[in-house]
Amino acid sequence: MGLFPIKRRNILPGFGLSMGYTVFYLSAIVIVPLSMIFLNTFPMGWEPFVHAVTAPRVLASYRLSFSTAFFAAVFDAVAGLLTAWVLVRYRFPGKQFLDALVDLPFALPTAVAGICFATLYSPVGWLGATLTRWNIEIINSATGIVVALVFIGFPFVVRTIQPVLEEVEQEIEEAAHCLGATRWQTFRKILLPHLFPALLTGSTLAFARGIGEYGSVIFIAGNLPMKTEIAPLMIMSKLDQFDYAGASAVALVLLLISFSMLLMLNAIQEWQQKEYR
Amino acid sequence: MLKQPTPETAPIVKKRVSDPLPIQMLLIGVMLLFFIGFIFLPLGLVFAQAFQKGWAFYLESITESYALEAVKLTLTTVAIVVPLNAFFGVTAAWAITKFNFTGKAALKTLLDLPFAVSPVIAGLIFVLLVGSRTPFGSWLGEHGIKIIFSTPGIVIATLFVTFPFVVRELIPLMEAQGRDEEEAALTLGAKGWQIFAKITLPNISWGLLYGMILCGARSIGEFGAVSVVSGHIRGQTNTIPLHVEILYSEYNFAASFAVASILVFLALLTVTLKVALEKQFQKNSFHH
Amino acid sequence: MNFEWTKKITLFAALALASGLPGTVAEAAGASTLLNVSYDPTRELYQSENAAFIQYWQKKTGQTVKIDQSHGGSGKQARAVIDGLEADVVTLALAYDIDAISDSKLLPANWQTRLANNSTPYTSTIVFVVRKGNPKQIKSWDDLARTGVSVITPNPKTSGGARWNYLAAWGYKQKQTGSAEKAKAFIKAIYKNVPVLDTGARGSTLTFAQRGLGDVLLAWENEAHLILKEFGSDKFEIVSPAVSILAEPPVAIVDKNVDKHGTRKLAEAYLNFLYTPQAQDIIARNSYRPRNAAALKKYASNFPKIKLFTLKEVFGNWRTAQKTHFNDGGVFDQIYVP
Repeated sequence: MGLFPIKRRNILPGFGLSMGYTVFYLSAIVIVPLSMIFLNTFPMGWEPFVHAVTAPRVLASYRLSFSTAFFAAVFDAVAGLLTAWVLVRYRFPGKQFLDALVDLPFALPTAVAGICFATLYSPVGWLGATLTRWNIEIINSATGIVVALVFIGFPFVVRTIQPVLEEVEQEIEEAAHCLGATRWQTFRKILLPHLFPALLTGSTLAFARGIGEYGSVIFIAGNLPMKTEIAPLMIMSKLDQFDYAGASAVALVLLLISFSMLLMLNAIQEWQQKEYR
Repeated sequence: MLKQPTPETAPIVKKRVSDPLPIQMLLIGVMLLFFIGFIFLPLGLVFAQAFQKGWAFYLESITESYALEAVKLTLTTVAIVVPLNAFFGVTAAWAITKFNFTGKAALKTLLDLPFAVSPVIAGLIFVLLVGSRTPFGSWLGEHGIKIIFSTPGIVIATLFVTFPFVVRELIPLMEAQGRDEEEAALTLGAKGWQIFAKITLPNISWGLLYGMILCGARSIGEFGAVSVVSGHIRGQTNTIPLHVEILYSEYNFAASFAVASILVFLALLTVTLKVALEKQFQKNSFHH
Repeated sequence: MNFEWTKKITLFAALALASGLPGTVAEAAGASTLLNVSYDPTRELYQSENAAFIQYWQKKTGQTVKIDQSHGGSGKQARAVIDGLEADVVTLALAYDIDAISDSKLLPANWQTRLANNSTPYTSTIVFVVRKGNPKQIKSWDDLARTGVSVITPNPKTSGGARWNYLAAWGYKQKQTGSAEKAKAFIKAIYKNVPVLDTGARGSTLTFAQRGLGDVLLAWENEAHLILKEFGSDKFEIVSPAVSILAEPPVAIVDKNVDKHGTRKLAEAYLNFLYTPQAQDIIARNSYRPRNAAALKKYASNFPKIKLFTLKEVFGNWRTAQKTHFNDGGVFDQIYVP
């Protein structure tokens, strides 16, 4: 991050070794296993492939998965930014406890989370009883899916913003303050642009995770064809017909979309870093 | 990621610009509301259900032999997965941040990929790779090597799911730190290994620890992928999350949530550990 | 980076992976362990049956055996066996799932003829569970299609039990009217009343009994009795329709695995044991319909007279039923496509 952006030569040792191990481990754990999706899809041929991945039910499930994951990610972005801000900037009793609980969605098995939300929002549940009286339906609707996905994606956003926020140099804010900027102006003009890449990364990860989430969603979604059936459930139901190729095909489409999304994100970040330097 | 010993102790902090109290209260209030709806209520439900039949039943459920087997399997898995992924994370982050090469963005994307893969697919790919329908899988079967539907399968699926956590934490951190210190050490005649142990490792220790905690938390809680490769044999291939599901399916709700609460405790334990270490770290604090 | 470290970690990983193996090898060597891969609702049944068999076998041969159980959705369990879960015996919800296992050459295609009664030592049927007092007055299959009745049944694409529910409703209508068209319209009307399709039978039970959704739950007869026991007979009651399907959950030995483990004799004895009067009594006590007349008589109050039709009568066999109704593009898909 020096003032003189000189193209550096690689002078540190260990490139071959570390790169070699990286590629080896990445291939063994991720690439080779994931390539099975391709290998199992190819034999089915182009026409059946297109047919399998564009059936109306499958398309409806993509739409549902992507839209619910998107709304959940947006919600998480707001809630996550707020939480990170409060946890980093303010001091109040119980702060560390709350900080610890942010990781709960990682540790609680997704099935347990799904069961919890389904129970909470059921017509006889703690929250559902009241909501039903107001005619608000959460479970067995897209809203229910969003609720589950907000929970699943929350730590991703908080944990990516937190460290960046901690490293923001207070001097910048103080300078802005001295120059007469209001808190809001400082936040919007200075802090937000600085936090934006992290915010984007966090919510994209939450989004990507949301598209694939299965365990928690099936308990709360209702799983009605064309209405509340998520894409991973389509994979499952194809597998239950012993249709490995069809399942791989749907999985492949999900995988490609997620991959290109992440690729775009990383490209944006690289570009931003260059701007920043 | 790096929880810097924030300059809170330094005198400058007193003059630090902060939000007016009403705004602070408001924001904390909104956050609490979110926490109540999305964290406390589910958590409360877990404990309410776990203790609905009293302490005695709770203790009995979590010390029952199948539950203990599940805890053992889960902890074994974590003990293998976390070091492997941590070692990989450090290596990959070193390669990516200390050197320039083409294709960096693509490589970074590949590292992120497991986050974006549905747990269902994560399980499926290992079934497709080493399941007995495949040539490789049947070869393994003939030689009496069982991967899928036994412990190695569970370990590998968990490795996949938690693969990016450590490296994801380290890359931004090491990118921000740059390579000046290491290069300076090199010109002073330090060996590669010394540079890593004396300079890089202390600099990234917090990010590393934090990544390992996340990786551990996710490993104990992983359900979807493990469920596909486990085979659900009671007392043999059931991890804690799978055991929770089985108990629930048996309408044994109190026991099911009791076992689920073990997971909550494990998660809280790891984070408490982190906080304790952080305090220790701040005490022995040094340069900045 | 240091080679030593890499080596150590690799060694550690290898050891860790290997540590999972000894158990596996030991299991293969000893011929005294059976793995029974079954579907969800049979947990309680096989807990009792296994205990009884272990005692029986001990008395007969002096050998102590261990029986491991694995439960899950029927289709998923079949897939696990196909993909290498080394089940000695499979006891699944429908013949189609075992057919699929036989397709991958783990057992011969004629497996169902190898044991008595189509290889089904117990049967069941589909009944209704309603809330106490039956507020919606649900008595017959026709009531399920009424507007304003909310029906809970799992997804036939992912649940074996749900397929029996569907076929029972279809068969009832087709036998009543003699028309497949009318049966299809009937099925469509019923599924219009279904607000949630859980992925498994137990999920539906929880939706109905614990989360208070729906007016009626379609369930296995044995599950219905279990629901009354677990959730209170003061809250729910069972309504048996006049006509329903004879559900036959079959059992089979997985030849390739028993030969590999050397457990063929034990596995055969285990499955044959299920037909003995002692086992049949346990079956009836768990509210499955026994094949044995004495056991049926003893627990007759559990099994009201229902006119039962077989799958064969209406649908031919499972493969055709699966293909016409449940595969992608089948009738079940059609009723949801606008």
